[in-house]
Amino acid sequence: MIVFFWIVAALAIASAILCITRKSPVASALWLVNTLFQLAAIYVLLDAHFIAAVQVLVYAGAIMVLFLFVIMLLNLGRGGPSDIKGAWGKVIAGVAGLVLAGELLLLGRLGSVTPPWTLQLPPGTVANAVAERGAVRVVAEPLFQGYLVPFEITSVLLLAAIVGAVVLAKRRL
Amino acid sequence: MLLGPALLVSAILFSLGVVGVLLRRNAIVIFMCIELMLNAVNLTFVALSQQLGLDGQVFVFFVMTVAAAEAAVGLAIVIALYRHRDTVNLQSINLLRG
Repeated sequence: MIVFFWIVAALAIASAILCITRKSPVASALWLVNTLFQLAAIYVLLDAHFIAAVQVLVYAGAIMVLFLFVIMLLNLGRGGPSDIKGAWGKVIAGVAGLVLAGELLLLGRLGSVTPPWTLQLPPGTVANAVAERGAVRVVAEPLFQGYLVPFEITSVLLLAAIVGAVVLAKRRL
Repeated sequence: MLLGPALLVSAILFSLGVVGVLLRRNAIVIFMCIELMLNAVNLTFVALSQQLGLDGQVFVFFVMTVAAAEAAVGLAIVIALYRHRDTVNLQSINLLRG
């Protein structure tokens, strides 16, 4: 399993690198879709089957189609000049990224971070819960019990987003 | 068991998203890099939910909803900008620069 995890993780990181370095926005979007699929595979390995399905449906299926649709609507798929910054921009971006990655790795003590043991569930609790009650039910029960009010507020947020998107994209602003 | 490696991958993906935002000038590509960062955070939530309970997966659900709303509104703003300026290159959209 760990071997499969590292293969998928390497594919995800390689796709992400290709996503931020390809000149064409369409190629960037398709490499990002690949990253999202690899992340869905990692979610399955982490016992989050429902989240993996939602990742494929919502992210790779809906959000990225919206991105590709806008790219093609604005006709940005053609070549044209590269939008990647010059030498100084590359140096600054690389240094900032390396510093941030170094900080994050230092914070996680090079990948060996463990939460306080008083908070930890016994190993295999989540996998057992998924096996006993089903992958959807273990997410749906806390969602519709403890997080019912945030869930309802989310619907208002989505309504506001729909209205905002329609108003902003209207021909005469 | 996979917690450490998953957090490592998450940190790398988040840094790549930041590099992308700093490296590119195309507004749509910058949006995609922000989506990459949101996904890195989602991976952290899922990895920690394996040891700390299923609330993390519920949070991922909310993050995805907010990301969808953000993408819809953000792309509408990009379309409105393109109508006015005929470009999505952020270098030539500098109205607020002093």
